[in-house]
Amino acid sequence: MSIFLQQVVNTLFQGSIYALFALGYTLVFGVLDILNLAHSAVFMWGAFMALLLVTKLGLNIVLAFVLAMIGSGLLGILLDRVAFAPLRKRGASNLAPLISSIAMAIIFQSAALGLFGGLVYRFPPGTAPSADIGAGGVHVDVLQVIIFAVAVVLMVALQLLLQRTRLGKSIRAVAENQKAARLLGIHVERVIAITFCISSALGGAAGVLVGLSLNAIAPDMGQAIELKGLAVIIIGGMGSIPGAVIAGFLLAATEVFTISFISSTVRDAIAFGLLFLVLLIWPSGILGRRALREA
Amino acid sequence: MRFSRFLAPLTTLAVLGLAACGGGAAPASSAPASPTAASPAAAASKPAAAASASAKPAASGAASAKPAASGAAGAKTANIGAAFSLTGPGSPYGPVQKNAVLLAQDDLNKAGGVTLNIDVQDDASAKEQGINVFQSFIKGNDVAIMGPTLSGLALATDPLAQDAKTPVLGVSNTAGGITTIGDYIFRDSLAEEQVVPAMVKAVVDKYNPKKVAIMYANDQPFAKSGADAVKKEMDDRKIQVTDTETFASNDKDFSAQLTKIKGTNPDAIFISALADAGANIVAQARKLGIPDSVHIIGGNGMNSPQIAKIAGPAAEGIIVGAAWIDSSPNPQSQAFVKAYKAKYNLDPDQFAAQAYAGVQILSDALKRANLSGDTAKDRTALRDALAQTKNVDTVLGKFSFTSGRDADHPPVVQVIKDGKFVLFS
Repeated sequence: MSIFLQQVVNTLFQGSIYALFALGYTLVFGVLDILNLAHSAVFMWGAFMALLLVTKLGLNIVLAFVLAMIGSGLLGILLDRVAFAPLRKRGASNLAPLISSIAMAIIFQSAALGLFGGLVYRFPPGTAPSADIGAGGVHVDVLQVIIFAVAVVLMVALQLLLQRTRLGKSIRAVAENQKAARLLGIHVERVIAITFCISSALGGAAGVLVGLSLNAIAPDMGQAIELKGLAVIIIGGMGSIPGAVIAGFLLAATEVFTISFISSTVRDAIAFGLLFLVLLIWPSGILGRRALREA
Repeated sequence: MRFSRFLAPLTTLAVLGLAACGGGAAPASSAPASPTAASPAAAASKPAAAASASAKPAASGAASAKPAASGAAGAKTANIGAAFSLTGPGSPYGPVQKNAVLLAQDDLNKAGGVTLNIDVQDDASAKEQGINVFQSFIKGNDVAIMGPTLSGLALATDPLAQDAKTPVLGVSNTAGGITTIGDYIFRDSLAEEQVVPAMVKAVVDKYNPKKVAIMYANDQPFAKSGADAVKKEMDDRKIQVTDTETFASNDKDFSAQLTKIKGTNPDAIFISALADAGANIVAQARKLGIPDSVHIIGGNGMNSPQIAKIAGPAAEGIIVGAAWIDSSPNPQSQAFVKAYKAKYNLDPDQFAAQAYAGVQILSDALKRANLSGDTAKDRTALRDALAQTKNVDTVLGKFSFTSGRDADHPPVVQVIKDGKFVLFS
């Protein structure tokens, strides 16, 4: 029984990471109908930012986390200005920003490789609390609980922002119909920039949390989670925040329990098989609100 | 906005600059450009810094345009290409191998004989880049190729060298099926199947485990070779294998597999992975409550001091079979350890030793081969000389190749104690 509970703990933790990472993806897709494939690069830079703040400036991890989120948000604005806004101005198709984001991802990753090299970096010991607070044969590290809590708080905060604030309403309006929003007096370009800012801040936050939990930060750390993040937003419905959260936990559960009851060799096969299955039954994802627009 | 007009061309500059210094990037010594400011000043300085940082590797690349192997009487020069994983999952090993190879080049060139000119390139732990690097060596006038670091790449790149009749000396390939690619492929690294029996015997003699679990990276051929070799030993010794789990080298979370393994209550776990994944696995294993009494046995990827650096106290007690240990009393080995430490301010590990020995073996073979200056003829002559290698003095001890062109010397079994490798007893 304790093995089963341990796997549940593993699922909750892994799921919160997937969900947090997918939130940024799905937010940008929901508002702009474009897939920002530079998200994983921002994720990685968020982790490096926090690392630099802690090691070079000696800041404590909470402050570094907040600053890294802000820094990632600014990186997101830069991303929009350089890679997406010029294409919007020219009325490019939906594929152009996708390719542009791939290019930005490569640039960001190469910059990190050039600056930091291929080595794996770690936070200095004692940066984050670490203690086993499990019971009854189930091991839970206090850091995992903190990360889970932070991820949940961020998800709830995002949902509140979108549903209860004027900014959130503007974002939802732009997501529904950019022209109508503009006619209603919403500053569309500014809303889009803010959306990228929020999305990248969340991506950076996920990066810091993952970097802390694994104590491993490297320029290629975004790659492992990138494909999973894509699967999560497709399963959850592209553009749906609650969908991303549900799908994040669902994917984590599938992976963990496939390993538990079947075999770790087929883990990825089954996880992506689930993707196919979901798309067969719900072509727009579990909570997807509308049919995917053609490019 | 006006500054976005600058950003596009500046970003293009950044792409070109960074593409130039893609592979063999060294960690920055200057203060890293802060990416947080989106202002034009910061945007301008980042690509500019990147462009100037990349100018140096590009310049050195041009400078190392190799002289044609001189066939004149007197000092002969041999160009050797080395493909190592300086970035990517193989990066705990590549830079160390590069250090050792360059140190060996200096030492051996001082000692006389054929002058070595070794060109180290990054294969980025990726097959495509490995193939590109090999092809540039083959098309050039390199008389031999060292590497690549990872067996997975070797299985893709070595056939090309075999077809082009260019000798390859692997210095860290331990999977099965490497030297069987052809008679131009050699290695000085002990294969997993050569090391595992000694390692298992040592563990069984001391701890007598009755149940063992196996966990390996299914995208690394050396890991699969190691796991297969261990499984065979377990079957021969009638020890139960309670569970076999796999993972990908890029994975970061192994709690699901470890929880399942823990549930089967093994006495020992064999883990074969590259250093980064391996360290994460042992750290997570201990965090999940797998007790110290469950011993961890490692495949060749765990022979790196990076394991202890990354996993910290969780790495204590890991047992690995190896080709070399730094406490080896061999005087050449002792001299090597001192020289490596003096030059790089780092302790050498098994990978450094095997790379250094690789250069020694090539140098010895070059002396015996009759180099004429014709690249194709020299490659064949070198291959024949390598095949005749017998009892060459290297940092690994007296070295010979087996008839299958594998390394012929006994392995050692080492264990991590206080963060360092010591002889297991």
